[in-house]
Amino acid sequence: MTKNNLKAKDFATDQDVRWCPGCGDYSILAQVQKVFAEMEMNPDEVAIISGIGCSSRFPYYMNTYGMHSIHGRAPAVASGLKIANPDLSVWIITGDGDGLSIGGNHLLHILRRNLNVNILLFNNQIYGLTKGQYSPTSEVDKRTKSTPMGSLDHPVNPLAIAMGADATFVARTMDRDPKHMQAMLKRSNLHQGTSFLEIYQNCNIFNDGAFFTFTDKATKKASAIFLENGQPLVFGENDEKGIRLDGWKPQVVDLEKDNYSKEDLWIHDESDLYKAQMLARFFDDPRQAEYLPRPFGVLYATERVCYEDQLIAQLNEAIEQKGEGDLNELIAGSVTWEI
Amino acid sequence: MSTKIEKEEITIKFAGDSGDGMQLTGSLFTGNTALTGSDLATFPDFPAEIRAPIGTLAGVSGFQLHFGSRKIYTPGDECDVLVAMNAAALKANLTNIKKAGTIILSTDGFDKKNLRLAKYADGENPLENDSLSNFEVFKIDITKLTREALKDSPLGTKEKDRCKNMFVLGFLYWRYDRTMQGTIDFLTQKFAKKPDVLAANIKCIKTGYHYGDTTETFTTQYKVKPAPLEKGTYRSIKGNEALVIGLITAARKSKLSLFYGSYPITPASDILHGLAKHKNYGVKTFQAEDEIAAVCSAIGASYGGDLGITGTSGPGLALKGEAIGLAMMLELPLVIVNVQRGGPSTGLPTKTEQSDLLQAMYGRNGECPLPVISASSPSDCFEVAMEACRIAVKHMIPVILLSDGYIANGAEPWRFPKAEDIPSIEVNFKKPIGEDETYFPYERDEKLVREWALPGTAGLAHRLGGLEKEANTGNVSYDPANHEYMVKTREAKVAKIADFIPEQKITMGVEKGDLLILGWGSTYGVIESVTKELSEEGLQVGHTHLRYIRPFPKNLGEILKNYKKVMIPEINNGQLSKVIRDHFLIDVIQFNKIQGVPIMKAELKYAIREVLENM
Ligand code: SF4
Repeated sequence: MTKNNLKAKDFATDQDVRWCPGCGDYSILAQVQKVFAEMEMNPDEVAIISGIGCSSRFPYYMNTYGMHSIHGRAPAVASGLKIANPDLSVWIITGDGDGLSIGGNHLLHILRRNLNVNILLFNNQIYGLTKGQYSPTSEVDKRTKSTPMGSLDHPVNPLAIAMGADATFVARTMDRDPKHMQAMLKRSNLHQGTSFLEIYQNCNIFNDGAFFTFTDKATKKASAIFLENGQPLVFGENDEKGIRLDGWKPQVVDLEKDNYSKEDLWIHDESDLYKAQMLARFFDDPRQAEYLPRPFGVLYATERVCYEDQLIAQLNEAIEQKGEGDLNELIAGSVTWEI
Repeated sequence: MSTKIEKEEITIKFAGDSGDGMQLTGSLFTGNTALTGSDLATFPDFPAEIRAPIGTLAGVSGFQLHFGSRKIYTPGDECDVLVAMNAAALKANLTNIKKAGTIILSTDGFDKKNLRLAKYADGENPLENDSLSNFEVFKIDITKLTREALKDSPLGTKEKDRCKNMFVLGFLYWRYDRTMQGTIDFLTQKFAKKPDVLAANIKCIKTGYHYGDTTETFTTQYKVKPAPLEKGTYRSIKGNEALVIGLITAARKSKLSLFYGSYPITPASDILHGLAKHKNYGVKTFQAEDEIAAVCSAIGASYGGDLGITGTSGPGLALKGEAIGLAMMLELPLVIVNVQRGGPSTGLPTKTEQSDLLQAMYGRNGECPLPVISASSPSDCFEVAMEACRIAVKHMIPVILLSDGYIANGAEPWRFPKAEDIPSIEVNFKKPIGEDETYFPYERDEKLVREWALPGTAGLAHRLGGLEKEANTGNVSYDPANHEYMVKTREAKVAKIADFIPEQKITMGVEKGDLLILGWGSTYGVIESVTKELSEEGLQVGHTHLRYIRPFPKNLGEILKNYKKVMIPEINNGQLSKVIRDHFLIDVIQFNKIQGVPIMKAELKYAIREVLENM
């Protein structure tokens, strides 16, 4: 990246943004543009690859290189691109349907391969572009046009999937907390390897309020827990609640009423794989009477060698061992004869 | 002393259980034959199951070799010699032996169990009854002879028995008056780290050779003179090998990095294996999670400036359809290699078929015409691979290259070119532009081709996608007239490729006359040789073979008019016939064989005669 003096607006294109007014996507677009400017990204060296869905219109609105590919396949396109040119900053924009349903396979594989790319998964728990069918992240018993008697499918837990695929960076944020999203975008960008950032995004047309429990002022503090590395897991209106580990079981404690202090709480450690697995499992349906708060922030971050670096290293190793390939040798093969 | 008889051509089939090493025996014998200067063609015939039960008909693996002192076009219809390692191998091939042909049998493969597995009736044994009385039969207890020869070897019985194929090879080297040194050198390299295995293999080859030499049953040796091939340096080549070499050569000649995204599938996997071995040529191979990811990764790579290639077979091409449509809309170079096999669905994975011409032509949503080219022989795969890359890069378009299982695994001698004589492939990436200039991603040149603008280039930031584009700007457009214009433009762009490909030629027979035999792909050899023989009889037939199926060479219509009738032989139910009828509004006579095997000379000849007689 070269230094430049670009502003957020310099990352916008002349295309009319076509999301519904009030859609959570606007906030994501604004934060990405802001962060790209703040991080002095060179628009010529950024490529944004998306699939299909409302979220996947994103590249059209970013004044960088971009490709609006086909449904679910952005990770595969991005993999080829990154291998062809590892110097590019590659961003994959996907949604809950695009990334976890039709493209679930590719998500799994890009995460385990750990190419140095960034994935932003806009989760709105609904199919927006096709006008409101339930999605893989929709809660059970969702009534939609395709499920008039309620959906039967148990919802996908995106972060647990990412952890299961041995992702090296797993985080969650929300459209309605710009500051937090900016911080998460910066962390994603700085991570070496595939960063997976799930963004709770309100679809005000087909699934309004899906995440209000976590995003609304009135309930946010009691139901969302914001992770800080090295800090205890506290939440609640006045930070009066915390999570401690009772053996292997996370337990909500009341710091005012129960006999616990902050020292007794679970201290967040981004590098702890096992604890991150548990955090990803904080996925209770907030409609239940008792539920664990939903974690936001970086659940897990670790370093692992990037796929494209190893691929290039193998080419170099082969050249070192056998010498740069000679075309005549290749064509002739090992046995020839004269006539 | 044995007598030596000279032969113009010989067809041998090696058949045995998949574990008997018949493919290796066949290829080694082929390599040895090539060095004698014969022309040749081979046809390996794999069992459908990798691990079919031992001794069964389903487990029979075959390798047919046709060689001669004249030009050889096909692996031969029927064989002069069958080597059968067990009862099933005999039974599966009995109808394919010439009258009074030779059968070499490994008698130990005809015990009760083997006979039962080969579905011979109780008490029936072809070694004992007179069912083989019309053939010259040599019964050899190969297992016993092999074990005897290896009695001092430290190997276990199982490993010793694995050397049976080397005994066979040695015996045939004697029969065809060959030298063994080349094979011994090969084995020495192959088993460098297993000295006991190496010693056993060499011992068995020699034992087989001396067995022929000293056993008085065998009195005749056969010799085939070198064929009048063009002067030059030759190597033996299989279709999939030639594709690998051709793709790498194209990458070098275009100064692009080769990116191959693929998912394992029979019979295309050897391309992935072959390319993966050549990392020191800068080849990037990516074994993707599925067919769709394979093509999408290649599209991403092309977007980034690599030569993006994907390879597959019929079912994989079906899965890739949507992504190929995307590449066509993006107008990026991409090569899709389809090594066809029997379809539909999983079909006949190990058998050959010209199954996917219609899929290649029409198998995508929307108006999505693409260039389609096909390879006609194992060595032709080299040139076709380069041609596919040239078209893809020059015309910024996905190109579908059709090969099939027959030429993928078949081998022939190849007078290969020198690297320096191969023309380079020109690539022009769009150059960076200044701030006062505007870049229009869908601006076109006189070929109707847009420029290749790589991410990372200053000033060219732009968005591509599968949504319909506005002409010139490339912005998303739902404008009705624009959509029609773009559909027509993309079609015209494909049609224009015809200005850059050679004219169609008659390769054999008359230039004008009664019957044109029009072919494409792997039927080249059989059509060419049949046309040659019929022309020599004075019949008015000509053969032309298509490499370019979309667009057709400009003069193809003229050629079709030069004959009273047109016949199209295909290993499918008449796919090119449909395309030709549609394109030229003429009728054609179909000759179709849909049995998972190549067309035989005799059957094609018969069909052509019938047409000519009824004209
Ligand atoms: S349908 Fe929903 S997700 Fe799509 S743009 Fe409208 S509000 Fe946003």
